[in-house]
Amino acid sequence: MNWIYEPWPWYVSGFMIALIMFLLIMVGKNFGMSGNLRTMCTICGAGNKADFFRFDWKAQRWNLVVVLGAIIGGFIAHEFLTVEEAVAINPNTVADLQALGFESAGKAYLPNELFDTSVFTDIKSLSLLIIGGFLVGLGARYAGGCTSGHAISGLSDLQIPSLIAVIGFFIGGLIMIHFIFPLLF
Amino acid sequence: MRTIIYLLIGIVFGITMFKSEAASWFRIYEMFKFEAFHMYGIIGVAVITGVIGTFLIKRFNVRSFYGEPIKFYPKEKKVKRYLFGGILFGLGWALAGACPGPMFTLVGAGFAPILVVIASALLGTFVYGLLKNKLPH
Repeated sequence: MNWIYEPWPWYVSGFMIALIMFLLIMVGKNFGMSGNLRTMCTICGAGNKADFFRFDWKAQRWNLVVVLGAIIGGFIAHEFLTVEEAVAINPNTVADLQALGFESAGKAYLPNELFDTSVFTDIKSLSLLIIGGFLVGLGARYAGGCTSGHAISGLSDLQIPSLIAVIGFFIGGLIMIHFIFPLLF
Repeated sequence: MRTIIYLLIGIVFGITMFKSEAASWFRIYEMFKFEAFHMYGIIGVAVITGVIGTFLIKRFNVRSFYGEPIKFYPKEKKVKRYLFGGILFGLGWALAGACPGPMFTLVGAGFAPILVVIASALLGTFVYGLLKNKLPH
């Protein structure tokens, strides 16, 4: 059972993600996480401002339960199933990130420069988290799905729209890392 | 009962996201730098397994555990919304290093600043709702 404490290899992880999608399909649901953000907006009363949020959110309660599970799963994995949480990324990537000022590259699960609690008083890091999150929320709804809904569920169903969305994800990601990061850091 | 099943699936999902390191900002950066196979392997295996399973479900008209027919809904045939929305999503994904599943997993793992990402993702979703009719789809 020692393997469970190590980072899971890609083939185990990929298979598990497909398994999760099939379990949801087999209980009559589907695998898509970003729809929950819309449901949460509706619960907060966004229906008063835009028609887009006027829908029967109670039909989506099951997916909020999946989100609750994802939070609990993160807690379990972090507290009980992980001995060493530093992510062993490519040494070239580490060197690269250190040159950009990410000292924690290769030594942590998330960069301290963006996810240490000290960022709450760091205007630059806080702004980057806000902009990043905003684009994720806006883009996911505009595209009608995120990594789970398009890259996994949609591609598994050979949906061309999902392929277009995934190509978009990569265009955006590559622009951010290769052209915008050098300006930001 | 069904609620417990959704909760268990969510827990397995959360554990998988954390243990696969797909919830790590570093892995997303490394993926966009093309400096490791890890994320491509994860997505590749998930999609190949997914394609085979989805084909089999359709081919043999597999029913759900509750005996109901399984329906797959084709997405609307458009280009702009997927491309433009996808690019915006990709910009955010690379910057925040988290997509809408892992961001919740990271809350459980105890990274408080991810709450800022979730709050702004909710704001982004809300702004889409406001602008929906003005954006090219």
